[in-house]
Order: sequence, then structure tokens, then C-alpha cells
Amino acid sequence: MSVKNSAGSGSHRELLRQMLRIRRFEERCVELYSGEKIRGFMHLYIGEEAVAVGVCDALTPDDVVVSTYREHGHALIRGVPATSIMAEMYGRAAGCSRGRGGSMHIFDAAHRFYGGNAIVGGGLPVAAGLALADRMRGRNRMTVCFFGDGAMAEGEFHECLNLAALWRLPVLFACENNLYAMGTALARSHAQTDLALRAASYGVAAWPVDGMDVLAVADAAGRAAGAIRAGAGPHFLELRTYRFRAHSMYDPDRYRSKAEIEQWRKRDPIDALVATMKAEREITDADLAVLEKEISAEIEQAVAFAEQAPVEPVEDLTRFVCSEPGPGGKPARRVEAIL
Amino acid sequence: MSAGTAASRAASKAAPGDASTAAGKVAPEHVTHEHVTHEHAAHEHAAPENAAPGNAATATYREAMREAIREALRRDDRVFLMGEDVGAYGGCFAVSLGLLEEFGPERVRDTPLSEAGFVGAGIGAALGGMRPIVEIMTVNFSLLALDQIVNNAATLLHMSGGQFNVPLVIRMTTGAGRQLAAQHSHSFEGWYAHIPGLRILAPATTEDARGMLWPALEDPDPVLIFEHGSLYGVPGPLGSGPVDITSAALRRSGADVTLIAYGGTTPKALAAADALAAEGVEADVIDLRVLRPLDDATIMESVGRTHRAVIVDEGWRSGGLSAEIGARIAEHAFYELDAPIQRVCAAEVPIPYARHLEEAALPQVPSIVAAARETVTS
Ligand SMILES: Cc1ncc(C[n+]2csc(CCOP(=O)(O)OP(=O)(O)O)c2C)c(N)n1
Ligand SMILES: [Mg+2]
Repeated sequence: MSVKNSAGSGSHRELLRQMLRIRRFEERCVELYSGEKIRGFMHLYIGEEAVAVGVCDALTPDDVVVSTYREHGHALIRGVPATSIMAEMYGRAAGCSRGRGGSMHIFDAAHRFYGGNAIVGGGLPVAAGLALADRMRGRNRMTVCFFGDGAMAEGEFHECLNLAALWRLPVLFACENNLYAMGTALARSHAQTDLALRAASYGVAAWPVDGMDVLAVADAAGRAAGAIRAGAGPHFLELRTYRFRAHSMYDPDRYRSKAEIEQWRKRDPIDALVATMKAEREITDADLAVLEKEISAEIEQAVAFAEQAPVEPVEDLTRFVCSEPGPGGKPARRVEAIL
Repeated sequence: MSAGTAASRAASKAAPGDASTAAGKVAPEHVTHEHVTHEHAAHEHAAPENAAPGNAATATYREAMREAIREALRRDDRVFLMGEDVGAYGGCFAVSLGLLEEFGPERVRDTPLSEAGFVGAGIGAALGGMRPIVEIMTVNFSLLALDQIVNNAATLLHMSGGQFNVPLVIRMTTGAGRQLAAQHSHSFEGWYAHIPGLRILAPATTEDARGMLWPALEDPDPVLIFEHGSLYGVPGPLGSGPVDITSAALRRSGADVTLIAYGGTTPKALAAADALAAEGVEADVIDLRVLRPLDDATIMESVGRTHRAVIVDEGWRSGGLSAEIGARIAEHAFYELDAPIQRVCAAEVPIPYARHLEEAALPQVPSIVAAARETVTS
């Protein structure tokens, strides 16, 4: 495992804690899904935690994140409270999106978390626009856009990369290459499977990273973020990873072999970091047990919160189709309030 | 008024065909571009004849729209214009001619050919606190950005539980009548009017072209403005500034029949009302102005007086805006009606190129007159 060398603030212990939070949170989500507490489409990030945690290590609280439908992890480590994510999955009024979004549409203005976009590729242009606004307003911020390997086949990806490169926008394009788009293996849908190479063709600095190694991801993200903040324009990281679970809870996972999954499980990013930390004598089993206990308490609190949270009244069904008047009858300007 | 604008204006008076050189960087080809059609003489591409915008001033619809954009750019530094060829070219219909010179390339921003990309960037910029005006060349091309408009702009506020409103304005040309055939002539504004979360405007007059943009920019939610291509060269009063973007307007009063039109069909409905008056039939002419949310009250008030309704829509009849309006009249004013509702819509064909075919495919004054006559004689 590489040695961490980024401008990020996360210690090994913090990186581990964040990966574990995602892992345990989602494991609990699986149980709740089986118990029909959570419904609809739910996409798990298990196996890919090093990507979100490593990339977000390079961010300040002021930076912006645009994500996909596989976004519980990104939201959690950006500070969106587990309670409000869980309540959203329960479809409750206390959910971050007041029960209108569910698992795929986590939004949180206070944490500059702009979704939760379930149209493959659909978040990319929005990320470019957020970065454009930052540039035009002279705010020294960065926007990170997470998307999958499958999104790179969409036209919006190509339109957006050209646009971001042309205007030198402060965007970090974080491609989570987990080798599959639903059941379609990378090589079955991309003529050129070297994704960084394709991004580079737009004049964007791009390179592949071992997405199972959180320290390698944090290092790469730190370097990319440094360059972006220095005005070097957009960067692209191809984060090579693997999802251990099916695409969604509906997916029977028939398109890949058990052996392949087992092979990747041997590279579990959490196990790998624990091994490194133990070798460096940075953590003991007793420390780990304490960490697990803290995380479990956070998750159980989130479940308890969601369980007792009231549902949105049906009378409020059509609220927020259009902006509501604020104080004094003038329309409320929500986006302004959070800038 | 900036020096650049004044200069181009002065030059355009001296040599109407030469506005391009006066504007400095605008290539002369723009006047013959496929998108600027024959009826638009070169001198129209310059700024308005009447320098000071005000009540008495007159301008073409194109100039009125340009004036609105100019005012918005001056008034609020969060406003910027973005789209294909809005800058160096001056806009494919010459609406933004001269604005690049006046405001510079950051605020009059040429984009690559990537409708989904730059419309989505407009959404993101709006979320980031800007007030973008995104121009799409024509409504047919906006289909490439449908994902961003429908799945993002229209949904984000609700899907985020009220957290993220999108203060974005998208302008585009719509409609037929210029022999541009089936990929440049359609009227899809009725489709957009189907979508909750969007406000849909169709200015039919120079005053509305001038006055709708600012309130649209002030709206906290996405607004789409549809500019009928046949209107750009039509002159009229510039008006005194912002207008309401919530209600329909009664453009002419008459007791016998209500003609309901919007955008490019409004002048046709008014001409039909003139022809009907000559026959002794007096028509109310409603210019809808706002296609979503529809101003039901104005429609029902008029139909309640005239007891007859003719809906004119350049969109297709099947599943179109005219069907929606007809259904609402049936729901809310059924017992007021003395005759079946009539609809005058585009023929159910892709709009053809040949002049006689195109004319036959569109609502025309005689077909509106005939439909109105039908309601009063039935
Ligand atoms: C535009 C669009 N097409 C298809 C889908 C259905 N769909 C949902 S996820 C997915 C696969 C996307 O794969 P990838 O981008 O690699 O992301 P991953 O799910 O692997 O994280 C597909 C096809 C969709 N949501 N949006
Ligand atoms: Mg994938």
C-alpha cells in the first residue's frame, strides 16, 4: 500500500473510520431492505468505499459534490447526517429530501451535496455549471462529480468534458470504474477501455488510480485538487474499483462469476488499510472494537430516528413543485441562502 | 448606452447593410446564414432605431428581446447569456447582435454544440447563484437537452424536498412559416407546458418580448421563453419594461366568439377577428402569453360572455395544448357553451418545406375565420 502524501486532513484512522461508516451503514440498509423498511431501487457502494473516502479527503467543507444514485457513502462522509439519510430511505418527512427522493436522491444544501442523480451522466453538466458559477463569482471552490464507467458512454459525459476543459473549470471528475454498468462488462460496451486515455483526449489531465487503495486515492485526489485550486483546470481520475454486491437489490447478479467476486474481495479496501495500520502499529484490535461500537451506535440512532419520524402529510404532496413565497410574500431564494 | 452599441447603431443608420462591420468582430456571413431567413433584412440586425427604450419607442421583436437581455445584463451582474453562436456570430436569429462587444465573452458566452451540456451547465450555474439566460437555437434542438430540462431543472426543487430551486431562463425559437422544413419548424412548447416545475412563456408582442425576460429572471424557478420565428422582424412599441408573467391578455374585445391564441398565432387570430368583424361577427381575442400555468380565469370569463370558443395552436391537435385548453373549457364552462369548441391546429404532418405545403399545414387566417363562423352558425 502506498504512503499517504496528500494535502488532505484525514489520518489513516479517519480514513478507516469513514470507510467503516459507509460499510456498516449499508450492511444495515440491506437488513432494513429485507424487512421492507426501505423500498425502491437501492444501490450499494460496498467494496468501493476507498474511492469516496479517498477523493473526499481532498475536499474542504466549502467544496461541492454531485453524485449518482449510488451515493449513500458520498453523502455520509460529506457530513450529511446518517439520521436524515436513513429517514429519507424510510420515506419520512425528516429525510433530507422530505421523502420525495429516497435512496437515489439524497440532497443536502447545508453540506453542498447536490444529489443523488439517477440519470446516468445527468449530473455531469450540472457539476460543470456549479463550477462555472464559482469561477464567475470568484469563489475559490472545487466541484467533485462522481459517476460510473457506464456514464462515459453517454453523450453528456463527452459534452461536459469538452465544456469543462474549454472553460478550464474547477471540476474533479471522479470516475468510479467498477467494471460493470448494471450487467454489462466494461469491454462489452466500450471500444476503448482505457478510460483515462479517453478523458485525456479532451485536454483534461487524467490518470488511473487503484481504487481499492484508499491511500493511493487520497494521494491522487490531493494532487488533482491542488492543481485544480491552482487554476490548472479540470482533472479526471479513473478510480479502478469493484462492487462486491449486486448492482441494486433487484439484481440477481448473473453476469459475473463467484470466483471473480471472491478475487476482488481479497482486495477489500478496509481490510487492506487495517493491515497497513496494524503493520505500522497504528491500531489494535481493541481500538477497532471501540471504533465499531461508535459506528454501530451512530447507525442504530439513525434507524431509531427514522422509525419514529413522521411521514410527510399527503396534503403537502404538491409542495415544492414551485418555490414558495418567503417572508414578506417575495419568493424564497433557497439557492442564495446556501452560497 | 455603451460606446460600442451607439457606434453600431449610428453605423447601421448610415449603411443598413453593413452593420456587421460596424459591430467590429461580427462576420458578414451572418446575414446570409441559413437561420436568418429572407424576410429579415440586414438592417434589422442592428440595435433599435429608437435609442432610448421607453413608452414611445418602437422596435422589432428581435430588437425588443435584445434590449431586454441588455437591460438584464446591465442590471444584475449575476446574469449572463450562454448558447451556441450568441457571441461572435450575434445569435442565429441575430437577437444578441452587438452584446458580445458590449459585455465581453464571459457574460455573452459562446458554447460548443452540446445542448445537454450547456443547458445542464446553466442549471448548475443557477444552483451556484448565477442568473443564466440560456439560448437554444430552436425548439427542435432543445430535444437534445430534454434530459436536463425535464429530469433536472423541473424536478430538483421537489426531489430535494424544497432545498434546490433553479433560477434559470431558457430562450428558444419555435414555430414554422419560414420554409425551414421539419427539423427547424416544430412547436413543442405544448410538450414543455406538460411539465410541472416549469413556467412556459410565449411572448407574442414586442412589449412582451421586452418585458417578460426580467420577471422571468426574478422567478426563483425555471422559465422557458418561446419566441416564434415569424415574429422577429415585426415592429411594435417597446413598452416601459417588465410585464406580468402570470396572466393571459385580452387583445381585442367582442361579444360573439372567443379566439384563443398565443405566440405566432396571435397576429393571425387578430387578423381573423378583423375579417370576422367585416362579416358582423365580433371576436374576443385572448393571447395566452403564459402556457404554464394556464390562466383559466381569463379563458372562462371570456367564454362565459361569448359562449363560443376557437382554439388556435401551431402545435398538433392530438394530445396537444389545444386539447388541454378544450378540456378545461369543457370542465369549467360546459354549460356556458352554445356551440362545440373548435380547434385550428397544424396538420398532423412533419412541417414540409414547399411554401404551399407549409402554408396548408399551418393555422391560417381563413381557417380561423371559418372555424369561428362555424361556432356562430351552428
Ligand atoms: C440515462 C439512463 N440510462 C439507463 C439507466 C439505467 N441504469 C441505472 S444504473 C445503470 C448502470 C450505470 O453504470 P455505471 O455508470 O458504471 O455506474 P455503476 O452503477 O456501476 O456505479 C443503468 C444502465 C439510467 N438510470 N439512466
Ligand atoms: Mg460501473
